[in-house]
Amino acid sequence: MEIQLRHIHKTFGPVHANDDITLTIPSGAIQGLLGENGAGKSTLMKVLSGYFHPDAGEILLDGQPVTIHSPADALRLGIGMLHQDPLDFPPMKVLDNFMVGYPKGLGLPRAEARQALLDLAAQFGFSLDPDAYVGSLTVGERQQLEIVRLLWLGAKALIFDEPTTGISAQQKEKLFAALRRLAAEGKTVIFVTHKLEEVEMLCDRVAVLRAGRLVGEAFPPYDLDQLVRMMFGKAVSKGERVNTALGKPVLEIKNLAVEDVRVRIQGVDLTVREGEVIGLAGMEGSGQRHLLRACAGLVRPVDGEIWIDGHNLTGKSYHEFMRRGVAYVPAARLEEGLVPTLTLLEHMILAGEQKGLIIDRQAALQRTHERIQTFSIRGRPHSPIESLSGGNQQRALLALLRPGLRLLLMEHPTRGLDMESAIWVWDTLKRRCREERTAIFFMSSDLEEILHYSDRILVFFSGQVSEPIPAQETDVEHLGQLIGGRGFQPVQEATP
Amino acid sequence: MITSRWTQSLLFVLLAILVALLFTSAVLLMAGASPVAAYWYILKGAFGSWTKIADVAVAWVPLLLATSGLLMTFAAGLWNIGIEGQIVLGAIFTTWVLRVLQHSTLSPAVILFLAIAAGAIGGALWATLAGVLKVYGGVNEIFGGLGLDFVAVALILWLIFGPWKRPGIGSMSGTEPFPQQLWLPTLGQSRLSLWALLLGLVSIGMVYFLLSGTYFGLKLKAVGKNPRAAYLLGIPTTRYLMSAFLLSGLFAGLAGAVQVTAVYHRLIPAISSGYGWLGLMVSMLINFQPAWAAPVTLFFAALNIGSIQLPIVLKLDSSLSGVLQGALVLSFLLMSGVRQRWAHRHPQEAEHE
Amino acid sequence: MSSHDLLIGLAGVLFAAAPVVFATIGETLTERAGVINLSVNGTILLAAMSSFAVAVSTQSIVLGFAMGMLIGAAVALLVAYSSIALKQSQVAVGFVLTLMARDLAYFLGNPYMGRQGPRVQHLPIPVLSKIPVVGPLFFNHDLLTYFSFVLIGLAWWWVFRTRPGLTLQAIGERPAAAYARGAAVNKLRYLYTALGGALVGLAGPTYSLSVKAGWKGTISGLDGIGWIALALTIFGGWDPVRGAAGAYLFALLQWLGLVLQPYLPNVPSQVLQVAPFPLMILTLLLVNIGNAEWVERTLAGLPPDARRAISKVLRWMQVVPPASLGVPFEEE
Repeated sequence: MEIQLRHIHKTFGPVHANDDITLTIPSGAIQGLLGENGAGKSTLMKVLSGYFHPDAGEILLDGQPVTIHSPADALRLGIGMLHQDPLDFPPMKVLDNFMVGYPKGLGLPRAEARQALLDLAAQFGFSLDPDAYVGSLTVGERQQLEIVRLLWLGAKALIFDEPTTGISAQQKEKLFAALRRLAAEGKTVIFVTHKLEEVEMLCDRVAVLRAGRLVGEAFPPYDLDQLVRMMFGKAVSKGERVNTALGKPVLEIKNLAVEDVRVRIQGVDLTVREGEVIGLAGMEGSGQRHLLRACAGLVRPVDGEIWIDGHNLTGKSYHEFMRRGVAYVPAARLEEGLVPTLTLLEHMILAGEQKGLIIDRQAALQRTHERIQTFSIRGRPHSPIESLSGGNQQRALLALLRPGLRLLLMEHPTRGLDMESAIWVWDTLKRRCREERTAIFFMSSDLEEILHYSDRILVFFSGQVSEPIPAQETDVEHLGQLIGGRGFQPVQEATP
Repeated sequence: MITSRWTQSLLFVLLAILVALLFTSAVLLMAGASPVAAYWYILKGAFGSWTKIADVAVAWVPLLLATSGLLMTFAAGLWNIGIEGQIVLGAIFTTWVLRVLQHSTLSPAVILFLAIAAGAIGGALWATLAGVLKVYGGVNEIFGGLGLDFVAVALILWLIFGPWKRPGIGSMSGTEPFPQQLWLPTLGQSRLSLWALLLGLVSIGMVYFLLSGTYFGLKLKAVGKNPRAAYLLGIPTTRYLMSAFLLSGLFAGLAGAVQVTAVYHRLIPAISSGYGWLGLMVSMLINFQPAWAAPVTLFFAALNIGSIQLPIVLKLDSSLSGVLQGALVLSFLLMSGVRQRWAHRHPQEAEHE
Repeated sequence: MSSHDLLIGLAGVLFAAAPVVFATIGETLTERAGVINLSVNGTILLAAMSSFAVAVSTQSIVLGFAMGMLIGAAVALLVAYSSIALKQSQVAVGFVLTLMARDLAYFLGNPYMGRQGPRVQHLPIPVLSKIPVVGPLFFNHDLLTYFSFVLIGLAWWWVFRTRPGLTLQAIGERPAAAYARGAAVNKLRYLYTALGGALVGLAGPTYSLSVKAGWKGTISGLDGIGWIALALTIFGGWDPVRGAAGAYLFALLQWLGLVLQPYLPNVPSQVLQVAPFPLMILTLLLVNIGNAEWVERTLAGLPPDARRAISKVLRWMQVVPPASLGVPFEEE
């Protein structure tokens, strides 16, 4: 199926997310769609798959103009989309999940669906257990489930939105093989990404978006420098690696074990020193978050000890850790980090020093103005926090951190931020390491971020943790393989 | 378009009241009564004489106290449906202390003070129970509180018909009245106690101050809006949730104590008179803003008192006041939804706000 | 008590539980779709009064039932509309409605207090009702009781065994994903809220025209039942069969209260009547405590065997609500 997008416009308030985009996508090939965060890739794909109605422009499928009102319409026309976070139902079984959205009948076509699921999975070399719960699957397996589901429902064009985030190297290979196979079978495959190496590895052609406009198209062999220029308008670099001299130990983890219903990690030994940055790599759900939370006292370890500045804090609560200079910055800003409906000023009051009973608003206002300046937050003291953009919320979160922290624990410090904000965030963090001797312990699914900013790296693979790897002795390929479990040497074998 | 925010708000309030009145009028017509007559008698019943005005004030006090308590729990994002039971427990504790001390040599003022304090403690204890169930047991406070309401009612009935029954046979008319020196002094011939009134006004003033000017209030609001973030910001959430319950129960218990010492002078089965439920309605109507609590509770108290004589003069059930109050709250909720929708559709005009 | 009396008593429990079953299953369907309709208690009262009034005025039981279900659906739709279209809190609107519907019932029901009205006919099923034990227990009731039996199975089959039922689960769990798969999320939410509301409304006439025939205003003894039904929905873990089992447990307890009355002369009858409520708290405690954070923390400090054993028990009791219960969904 050939897809033609003609003069697509879509605005959100003042933002022109898609500005007159015209693009023809042939069948039987893998079409890349490249651009940084906020370039308009997702918007364009959501227009194509029925989530958004374009303000202007038309869509033609095999030369026929169509109107798409909903994702269901899109699927009827043969267009299916796989979202970055698979849109499925974790508490349901795989087979039930497979059948949700089956368009007709009163009864459930169980036998037929089971057969189709197994057949399609086998074709692509996926192993999916129809009776497992979706929640127990990895992100990669959930993607596989979505692929076979969309094919079962007759999809002729498949859109993949940043599918390689949070999946293992092996699963990535399987995914790419599946994509090539789909293209070979004559399907239309659209691959949305911001990663150049994936375009190079996979795509038969690529269209580059920047700030809502289609900047150009390219074909292999790709000129990577040219693609970078198209993406950013100018060459952007993260700057030189900054190495900070390390001081005395801040965090000591001794033979630590943490577990939840899904994953157990054990035998972790690590010493983190003043000014040091430790990155945690691994696919989502491999236990990084659990370890991070344990180091903040948010999760109680089942075995081992955690020491901060020579004090054994094992089993103590987060607030005890806070008193020792530990802070935790969650990834879900509006869910866990900030309080919606409260203003920036009120957040500053809550996070600041509190003397007496009555709030000193004047002083707080002054402090808020200062922080807004220092952290270049686009917002006013009386703006409700949820009215700020994602990047500004992240700046606000950093502005809330007290000075003189000993240990800063962060989940995905730059997720959802554009390149420049991300660089700014890390400049601020690194300055803390240098000037305040703060140690940083963070997890991220962006391997380049981990490589560029960490001193040492821990890799997680299905409940196992590697020895700390000095960042200068490894690269993206090596890390990617470790995350997928290849060449993995855990600290120690699981003890019975 | 230069409609200012204030005219717009006023328009919206008037519209909401109009809708509520229309609905209630329709209900009255269904019951075969004249709406005009009904509203007139309610007005007359509430403000027709000094005695009636004093009665309105008498009803105002417990409602104000209950609302004060509820605003604390609402600030923490909690639906303290258990408030009715907390009022009842306050009344029970007050009665208990009065029964124990009524023949002692302590001066009446001391006894009254102790009894009212005991009422506050009783309410706080009952609220703490709902709090423990919620915070430590994961039982939604609506169901925990509701269950405790029913238990409180059973308890009061058991006391009135059992251990505390009148000489002879227990009855719905309650326990034996206390000697007159143990009544809170009232104003002239009326049933209004200035002490109680003062208590109510001080309470709502305190709540206003706590919620708008103190660290405690701000933290409570943070816990109410997003407990996880509040915890990560260093606020001991469990302690704050429990404090909200405790304070709420304290005010509710005071309401019960006032009902015993100033209004009924004994324990009766319907001692809470539904003021807890009514306080919930008021809180929703004022969108949980303490500044509006005093006037709106006064208005609701007037409706309650005004409709008391409806059964006699118009052969109508006095639950009409509840219908009108409910219609008002519902109409406000719906209208504010309509208004937001309107603002959403006409962003240019709304920008003047 | 003779075995005959016991049989009659238990049959009475099944009979008396019918309205609670209706309300619980109705609310279960509504909440499965992701909407909390908190107006149940008031709705039952208003439906009971109105259907009695209609039945008295028209001498038609059928019209009475239609009225009850209509009121239930209408009140529920108001909750759905204010939440879906007007973005107001479901809890707030439901709560106001529950109080207002109750007052409306008392106000408008005043002229009908204590009047004689029609009642649903007793209808033993030929042959089947003659089977020993099973017959008197299950086949010697009126149509409503039979319908309550059928409804339990029907609701379970619908939710767990049909394609629309799977969609129902999906819209309550993750509406965005359901929408992506073609479900008209908000339309379905209206539909199931109305359907659930109609079943809640059905509980009203089942009381006023059958189980507790008549209308007695504030002493009808119906105030509180709606709250029980709401609690049973949670207790049942949003499963119609488990919820209905809770309803029978509740009716059994009420019956035991009556049976035990003569043996406990010092306890006023009102006290025994509230016995189900502390029990409601207790059961909610049991099914929810596994979700509490301190439990998790304490467990982590225990030796592995004890930890696994306890968390297994907790998980067995635990109920997990539909993930998007009470969360509005916006298309686009």
